[in-house]
Amino acid sequence: MAITIALSKGRIFEETLPLLDEAAIQPTDDPETSRKLIIATSRPDVRLIIVRASDVPTYVRHGAADLGIAGRDVLMEHDTAGLYMPVDLAIARCRMMVACRDDFDYEAHTRRGARLRVATKYIQTAREHFAAKGMHVDLIKLYGSMELAPLTGLSDAIVDLVSSGNTLKANRLRAVEEIAAISSRLIINRAALKLKRAEVQPLIDTFSRSAGSGT
Amino acid sequence: MRTWLLPEYIEDVLPADARRLEDMRRLLVDRFQRHGYQLVMPPLLEYVDSLLSATGEDMELATFKLVDQLSGRMMGIRADHTPQTARIDAHLLNRAGVTRLCYAGPVLHTLPSGLMRSREPFQVGAELYGHADLQADLEVLRLLIEGLTGLGLTGVHLDLSHAGIFHALIEDERHAADDTAALFAAIKAKDLPALANLAPRWRHSAALRALPELYGGPEILDVARARLPDSVVISAALSALKDTLKALDGSGVSLSFDLAELGGFNYERGITFAAYVEGSADAIARGGRYDEVGKAFGRARPATGFTLDLKPLLEIVPRREYSQGIFAPTLDDATLRAEVRRLRDAGEIVVEALPGESVASASCDRTLQQTSAGWRVAPAGPN
Repeated sequence: MAITIALSKGRIFEETLPLLDEAAIQPTDDPETSRKLIIATSRPDVRLIIVRASDVPTYVRHGAADLGIAGRDVLMEHDTAGLYMPVDLAIARCRMMVACRDDFDYEAHTRRGARLRVATKYIQTAREHFAAKGMHVDLIKLYGSMELAPLTGLSDAIVDLVSSGNTLKANRLRAVEEIAAISSRLIINRAALKLKRAEVQPLIDTFSRSAGSGT
Repeated sequence: MRTWLLPEYIEDVLPADARRLEDMRRLLVDRFQRHGYQLVMPPLLEYVDSLLSATGEDMELATFKLVDQLSGRMMGIRADHTPQTARIDAHLLNRAGVTRLCYAGPVLHTLPSGLMRSREPFQVGAELYGHADLQADLEVLRLLIEGLTGLGLTGVHLDLSHAGIFHALIEDERHAADDTAALFAAIKAKDLPALANLAPRWRHSAALRALPELYGGPEILDVARARLPDSVVISAALSALKDTLKALDGSGVSLSFDLAELGGFNYERGITFAAYVEGSADAIARGGRYDEVGKAFGRARPATGFTLDLKPLLEIVPRREYSQGIFAPTLDDATLRAEVRRLRDAGEIVVEALPGESVASASCDRTLQQTSAGWRVAPAGPN
């Protein structure tokens, strides 16, 4: 039975290529240059589909893809019921952080229990993080350029992914709190693991071996 | 205003599908009854106290609630037949021996249970109370297989588990409820990285971390024996699974095992199972043993059974060719009336034409025509 793997373009795709290579899967097209959304591979029984990062869990849950590679940031925002996520691939690493302006006294504001305005793309993650701290927050959903929000007075703080921290620095922001370490995970549709185990299991084994963190 | 618009995840079942759904319901209920499972029809709504007493938090959130104007108490619309059937067994029938019950009807969910799922599943299921032996588990498993193959499904795959193993591994350890819930969720999701953080707090840490990887064919039961601690409960659970495998040999379904399929947290302690077929991204039927469920109604009885939702099956069960109707003229003619009656007794659909009605609009593909030899059924010509 044929296997479909859902991937997103960019960093995840780049860093997944060596893992796929271990399983003798080489894509026949480069999604950065090709406009194809379904990419065949050197193995006739395996194809890749290129979707938005935040859509990967949806494709896998529906069974439109048997496996997928999704960042933990995306999985934290989604209801992952019915998905298996056995392997941390240790790729596309970064951190989910709270950041605010250089001159904003975050510690004082959180200590006093003040209500904080937080701009983020990751509503669910932010809500749970501040709820666990026992803080009230007003969440503002943004789709990009989060760094702008504290600079323009739209919000007190942001919740966003930070890899090098250069964007924060360039915009006179500082990271004040880590919410979670982020890396990409292999996710698997439940029925696919039951019905296509003979095809899916070798991929899981290869991925967890090359990621070195299967257990 | 678009007054015809229905709420999200709520839909009409239109004639073509309604006919099939009703056929499936009849077929399953007939099968169950022939095995001695008596049909019950619990109410659509009852006090939440009884509806939710035997269930976990998931069910509480899934239940629509309203206030009863007669008593001022909170009522819920059932989200599952299982607690209602358990209530009937525990309280109303109150039989000492074995009780076999089945049900078929709609339930309501506040949120869809899956991405493409209706909020109004049509649940059909069977429950066997009062028998704790493997024989009872095998009986319901065989009944499920017979039901699914009866519907015309082929390539049915059963995935078996035993919820007793997980509970044996964490038993007699006191941890914060959140920790236990997180551990439970991580094992169910086969989330090995999360488990690597959570498991070390537990005594059987290595076994808990092994659980998500204990899935596969029959060989996995021997692997499990080696990797799990040697306890009476675990050993009995693995033996029960092995016996099930043996007993279902030749039943026409393929079998696999997954010891990390834990079902719900509260009641499952024995064999649990889920049925899969190609073309469905989720299990089509689930079931297992949940012996404690009657406790909330004053009588904990051994219980095992299964439930399935007919609506997603409409997409999966092969369509059969249904005969269309026969279009009959309306004449004051005794021979015509007799022929229409005869055809209907034989199971045919006969539509008597109203003035101006056409064959096509009456969903008929044949007409009843008068010939020299009497009334004859003939294919409907192009209109």
